[in-house]
Amino acid sequence: MLRTRLIKNAIAKQSSFVLLLISLSVVIIIGIGLTFKSIPLFESFNIWDLLTNHVWAPMKGSFGFLPFIMGTLSVTLVALLISCPLCILSSIYLTEYASNALKNMVLPLINVLAAIPPVLYGVWGVLFIVPAIQSYIAPLFGVSTSGYTILAGGIVLSVMIFPIMISIMVEVLKTIPAELKAASLSLGATKWETAQKVILRKAKPGIIAAIVLAISRAFGETIAVLMVCGNVSKIPTSIFDAGYPIPALIANNFGEMMSIPLYDSALMFSALLLFVIIFGFNLISRIILNRLEGKHNG
Amino acid sequence: MHAHPIIETEQTQVVSPAIQPHIQIQDLNIHIDGHHILKNINLSLPNNSITSIIGPSGCGKTTLLKTLNRLIDDTKGVQVSGSVFVNGEDIYAPNAEVTHIRKKMGLLSQKPFPLPMSIYDNIAYGPRIHGTRNKKELNAIVETQLKNVGLWEEVKDRLDQSATRLSIGQQQRLCLARGLAVKPEIILGDESTSALDPISTQTIENLLVELKKDYTIVLVTHILRQARRVSDYIIFVYGGEILEFGKTEEVLLNPKHEITRQYVKGFIS
Repeated sequence: MLRTRLIKNAIAKQSSFVLLLISLSVVIIIGIGLTFKSIPLFESFNIWDLLTNHVWAPMKGSFGFLPFIMGTLSVTLVALLISCPLCILSSIYLTEYASNALKNMVLPLINVLAAIPPVLYGVWGVLFIVPAIQSYIAPLFGVSTSGYTILAGGIVLSVMIFPIMISIMVEVLKTIPAELKAASLSLGATKWETAQKVILRKAKPGIIAAIVLAISRAFGETIAVLMVCGNVSKIPTSIFDAGYPIPALIANNFGEMMSIPLYDSALMFSALLLFVIIFGFNLISRIILNRLEGKHNG
Repeated sequence: MHAHPIIETEQTQVVSPAIQPHIQIQDLNIHIDGHHILKNINLSLPNNSITSIIGPSGCGKTTLLKTLNRLIDDTKGVQVSGSVFVNGEDIYAPNAEVTHIRKKMGLLSQKPFPLPMSIYDNIAYGPRIHGTRNKKELNAIVETQLKNVGLWEEVKDRLDQSATRLSIGQQQRLCLARGLAVKPEIILGDESTSALDPISTQTIENLLVELKKDYTIVLVTHILRQARRVSDYIIFVYGGEILEFGKTEEVLLNPKHEITRQYVKGFIS
């Protein structure tokens, strides 16, 4: 009896370890695969040139990735500028001010928002955001545009990352001890002062973690952004320019025009680029988080 | 939540010591989610002395303390009726301003909760909120209050370090200094030494005894010996009611009520 139980335990341990290795190795295999596929491009061009060249003309043999890197970064940045303040304030409202009834209504609603397929956000962007930018927002700044812009991509993307950001931030804020809030309140601070100076400060590592997760999602988001941000391979100089993020480049071109020399390899390189950006970003934020946590607990 | 006219009800069995009251509680009733937590509390707390609230776990001691600075407001499902007068001003009056009320009362909680900032900023936090911006003034407040709690010599060279690096006893003294920095009139302590080692406990107790010349102090404690050591008056709460209130020796040595006698002897806890 005991023997079988011990054997079962050993089997469970070994098999879960193997399964863990499999899931980890997928990441490594993807990285290796992408690198391998990009090698033909590296043989003809130097990496630095690929990253800094801003002319994308595969027919002429010119592969500049800078427009796509800038497109990805700018759409993500706009999305963050919109969603960070909104999400931080919303989650503070939900945890510090809102009644239980409101909380019970809003939090499930946010989960619904998270479950909407990206293509619907894209359609919503095309139907509402793009025309709104074209006829209302851009004219305010004296710019004329089709509406398919970095700004449109940023707005759609920001709405898409709302749910994950808010729900993680609410969870983080819930962990702040009530006694800490009481300490600040009992000194005569208002709830807002307490939220600003004590709660947000204490919750900083968690809030940064929420933002990091949201950014990782934003970097990779493809279909909705592709539908609204114009897809012109030029470095955007303002939020009213069209942009061309890396995921959109891959989705639009993969499987087509493969007869052009090195095109296939160039798309693989752009995928590798995205992979490295997300990987490096997570690594850096992990380091920042460790520092912050160390400072608080040390 | 509205103010009742000031009348002494006949149910008031407790005779308050004949000292002019700083805090006066009238017909206070608290319900939380339909449970009657505090029942018909009438009480006058004497100035410049330490009053300990004792009683078995769950009797409503901490709730009573929280009603004094309206931290009870943040409890979900709470209903308060009756009045609490601080210097003759009803803090449950509709126009009462809660931040102003809380500023008058320093709170020392069960475990120290230093704010997530430096030692200096912990003390300066309250004064800054209430409008002190002058660096010199703030420096003076920080130094005075840290000296007040005997922490100055220990921390004067690392005021800019995180307060969480202090020992737990030092943190509790820091929290006391933080409370004193907003110039309260009353100090509320909620089992303030329960997380501390004996030496830190003694330090805090001595501080409180010293401070009572300037402040009215109300402590919740479950340690009878502590109540005996530090307090001038004792309130015995049982099942949400005040069974006994009087001078420390009277309550501990000569309780009027049988339940108090049993509690004091350690038969109920």
